[in-house]
Amino acid sequence: MTLRSVLIANRGEIAVRIIRAAKALGLRTVLAHSVADKDSLAAQLADETVDIGPPAAKKSYLNIEAVVNAAKTAKVDAVHPGYGFLAENAEFADAVTAAGIIFVGPSAEAIRLLGDKVMARQVAALAGVPTVPGSDGRVTDLGEAIAIAARIGFPVMIKAAAGGGGRGIRIVQDADEFARQFPQASSEAAAAFGDGGLYIEKVIERARHVEVQILGDGSDVVHCYERECSLQRRRQKVWEEAPAVGLPDDVRQRLCASAVALGRAVGYSGAGTVEYLYDDASGEFYFIEVNTRIQVEHPVTEMITGLDLVQEMLRIAGGAKLSVSQDDIRIEGHAIECRINAEDPYKGFMPGPGTIETLVVPDGEGIRFDTLLFEGYAVPPFYDSLLGKLIVRGADRADCLARLRTALDGLVITGIPTTIPLHAALARDASVTDGRTHTRFLEPWLESDFAQLARAREDA
Amino acid sequence: MSTEIKSPLPGVFYRKPSPESAPFKNDGDSVAADDVIGLVEVMKSFHEVKAGVAGKGIRFAIDDADAVMAGQVIAEVEA
Repeated sequence: MTLRSVLIANRGEIAVRIIRAAKALGLRTVLAHSVADKDSLAAQLADETVDIGPPAAKKSYLNIEAVVNAAKTAKVDAVHPGYGFLAENAEFADAVTAAGIIFVGPSAEAIRLLGDKVMARQVAALAGVPTVPGSDGRVTDLGEAIAIAARIGFPVMIKAAAGGGGRGIRIVQDADEFARQFPQASSEAAAAFGDGGLYIEKVIERARHVEVQILGDGSDVVHCYERECSLQRRRQKVWEEAPAVGLPDDVRQRLCASAVALGRAVGYSGAGTVEYLYDDASGEFYFIEVNTRIQVEHPVTEMITGLDLVQEMLRIAGGAKLSVSQDDIRIEGHAIECRINAEDPYKGFMPGPGTIETLVVPDGEGIRFDTLLFEGYAVPPFYDSLLGKLIVRGADRADCLARLRTALDGLVITGIPTTIPLHAALARDASVTDGRTHTRFLEPWLESDFAQLARAREDA
Repeated sequence: MSTEIKSPLPGVFYRKPSPESAPFKNDGDSVAADDVIGLVEVMKSFHEVKAGVAGKGIRFAIDDADAVMAGQVIAEVEA
């Protein structure tokens, strides 16, 4: 079937983005919003709106029953979950489907399978995708564990099987330390997670975060090349680009092919991202995880490929085959995305919700600003701090950086603090412009280089 | 005489460090100036609110998980 209407179960810039894409396809758009978002840009742009509850996300955007009821009441054909909130919740996908409505994304089974870290790693390995060297599942015997660690090579991580989000991880440098830490890690994991199971993984130092965008229609899967998202603060991406910096072409081919193989192995449908660590020194890449949704940083891929990934997701959800074949998808130029947050980079990234006084958006070829802002808008304190994404494309990376610097200088948001000064400094930093960055670059840089800039600014 | 403790930030006020924990302070508890009396969640980050004043009995003006504005009175402390 072809879709006629879609409910957007999200807020902020991604809700605006989805509404625009759906309208371009001629769909009726219905926004499910919390009370705090009744005056949002997305609410103004949608054809219809449905109130799904109080500001607290738990009671509105994360309330499966409220969202599904809104979709039933609005009699939509499909629900687009955006990113965050319920986007990777298999139970939600099931509830939408059970209501006779199409979920814009992969099947609940695929979400479940790829959402479980150990299972996703096994699927990846079966599809021939390199995984971070480590133990083959759980290890209980200390002697066996030391032998595995020695084979992998130190440093290694001892991870709690039931851990997640960075919790339950210890990094050890040698066999002696390993012998001391392993029993402790087990009892700690048992106490913290009710499961003392451990596994071992190699520490990839100075890796880049590289991820491949895939699109599937349930039978065919293509890749739209990769993005690099190495600049991260507290494991949150800050700056993303496409293609990845300094990735050799043969590695790119293997990397992208492995993501397609993984997508095919699970009959993937919709837009998805396969995330990897890439080690510059060895030229090796390792699977980390799959995100079964559209991502914040999808526009850099759109800028270099000319595709509209959100429109493509909606078409696939409506039953269409992929509109492009692999040969149609090519990289043209280089794109960078800066996440503009309502945070004060000079004051420890303290969030600053409030009312937008002035908004000046730079325009020109190769510049795109995906946002939820307008002048007079009161940014609510209840949700994440993303205000918008400045995406700039250039003929090559140097050209892109030059345009980005100009665009950042032309982007003016007053009334609340923003991270624009952080991006302006990064866009002028030699390590960044030379591409000498990795996943552990940004935080020490903020402590040293950026702190120095901040002091100079205070003295001035 | 009583002193008001105001929220430094807009957001959601929590009286407990986690949903399963006991409250930082109950009505009638005495407080020291450095005591944490709650958390304000703003844009998914959590900020401690300290009493800022020592006193005998604290009385909360708002419930756990209620929305607060910057400058809104969270509690009063009897000197």
